[in-house]
Amino acid sequence: MKERVAHVEAMARKIRQEAIQMIYQAQSGHPGGSLSEADILAALYFDELNVRPGEPDWAERDRFILSKGHACPGLYAALALRGFFGMEHLGTLRQFGSILQGHPVMQKVPGLDMTTGSLGQGLSVACGMAIGLRRAGMDSRVYALLGDGECDEGQVWEAAMTASKYGLGNLCAIVDHNGLQNDSTTSVVQPQENIAERFGAFGWRSVQINGHDAWQILDALDDAKRHPGQPTLILARTVKGKGVSFMENIVSWHGTAPNDRQFEEAMKELEG
Amino acid sequence: MAATRDAFGHGVMELAQNDPRIYVVDCDISKSMKTVEFSRKFPQQHINVGIAEQNGAGVCAGLATLGNIPFLSTYAVFASMRACEQVRTSICYPHLNVKLACGHGGLTPANDGATHQAIEDVAIMRALPGMTVVMGADYHSAKALTKAAAYYDGPVYLRYTRDSVPDFYGPDETFEIGKGKLLRSGGAVTVVCFGELLHEALAAAQQLQAEGIAVDLIDMHTVKPLDTALLRESISRTGRCVTVEDHNVIGGLGSAVGEWMAENQCGRLIRIGLQDRFGQSGPYETLLKTYGMDRCAIADAVRRLAAE
Repeated sequence: MKERVAHVEAMARKIRQEAIQMIYQAQSGHPGGSLSEADILAALYFDELNVRPGEPDWAERDRFILSKGHACPGLYAALALRGFFGMEHLGTLRQFGSILQGHPVMQKVPGLDMTTGSLGQGLSVACGMAIGLRRAGMDSRVYALLGDGECDEGQVWEAAMTASKYGLGNLCAIVDHNGLQNDSTTSVVQPQENIAERFGAFGWRSVQINGHDAWQILDALDDAKRHPGQPTLILARTVKGKGVSFMENIVSWHGTAPNDRQFEEAMKELEG
Repeated sequence: MAATRDAFGHGVMELAQNDPRIYVVDCDISKSMKTVEFSRKFPQQHINVGIAEQNGAGVCAGLATLGNIPFLSTYAVFASMRACEQVRTSICYPHLNVKLACGHGGLTPANDGATHQAIEDVAIMRALPGMTVVMGADYHSAKALTKAAAYYDGPVYLRYTRDSVPDFYGPDETFEIGKGKLLRSGGAVTVVCFGELLHEALAAAQQLQAEGIAVDLIDMHTVKPLDTALLRESISRTGRCVTVEDHNVIGGLGSAVGEWMAENQCGRLIRIGLQDRFGQSGPYETLLKTYGMDRCAIADAVRRLAAE
């Protein structure tokens, strides 16, 4: 486990560096959420997910949906680092003709399982995948990463009911609970302090972890597999902007690119 | 006489007999959409998400990413408006192979009133890139088009009537999505129909024939992609066109044909349909008469153009 944790931590650091580099180069994108989700993405792509970078459409692979699609710089970095496409693409984020659109498009990006960007839609798609995979007799698992602000959307709760009704033990949803959304804190915009309890009330197993502790993330992902008849919700408590001190817990870093000076400072901190 | 939603229920059953990729995703109206038998016979290919159409659209998208052919089974107002953005972003944008099977298209839930009468759905669906929009005029055409839609690339919007409509086609008639049917070739005026009002147009054509006005009559069961070759073939001769649809005149068949005619500088157009207003409860025939969409209104429009 120690080695797994160390590997995930190292990859999370790289994801953060690449995400900030991409957003800086594009001068556009969402750094806050890309940093808060980095440890979760690292745990998924460098430990948990059964995927084949050389065969991205492999039918028996595990699926991952970034329902909070705006945080795609983190995902693009994870996919490139995992070997799904060349690192040189990362510099093209949000540029004309790039495979790396401002919000992720499945036909353009090798290894990307679903087009997202409009909040609230990913968990329903994950349910469809989980039901279809199970009925096809496949052991593949489905993971969806949601934002806490995203849980304002009613469709999330429609999907939560479906997952519960069909006992989708092959589905694991993770909420990146960083406590901030576009306008302000979630507590001001629409309080989301009881997400775990709500999913529990909807019939899910729910666990709460520190979303920056690789050990806890891996443990929660491992544990989810031991409950074949019930979907699992991992509420990952995170810090928006994690790893760059001046971005941490600051609402305005939701969708702002760093300038030259900020970029240099951020990279210095992320290199440690 | 049969409601074309029956054709959906029967058509999708026949599809599933031979194809395990066919799914029906119901939204608590399986009795109305005639999919109860499907759910009993093919439980492994059936999902009911309850009264949650947005979620249903997403579930279909997820199933389609695996290579399945899911049919979202709901009413036209819900698929086109409640779940509009899910259809756009989770289905059309990634061009997933989801079929939207929608009952209650147009005024045919006549007694239900305007909340359940979809009169904007075709306009909305036409505007989505990559969406195909189809409505059969009767039971057999609706069934054949349902089956054709399953193997047509990408998302397809299938619109059905709630109420019974007369039969016109035989069970062996063949239909190709995107290819309209020229049913009469008279040459005076082109009458283009979408959906069940074909029957009103047929009655009007018969009456007009007796008066010495022989029309071209087209069943344009696919409004997108529009069969412009057939339009060109007919309207280049007649120079005059009446469109007939159970939908707002804004954005549906009339708009589609009108856009094509304007761009090709070919002739006069009258659009029969709802004149930008909501419907109400009442007998279907009364509604058609009230809103100027029945055989008399169609015949009047043709006479006006023929006299020009």
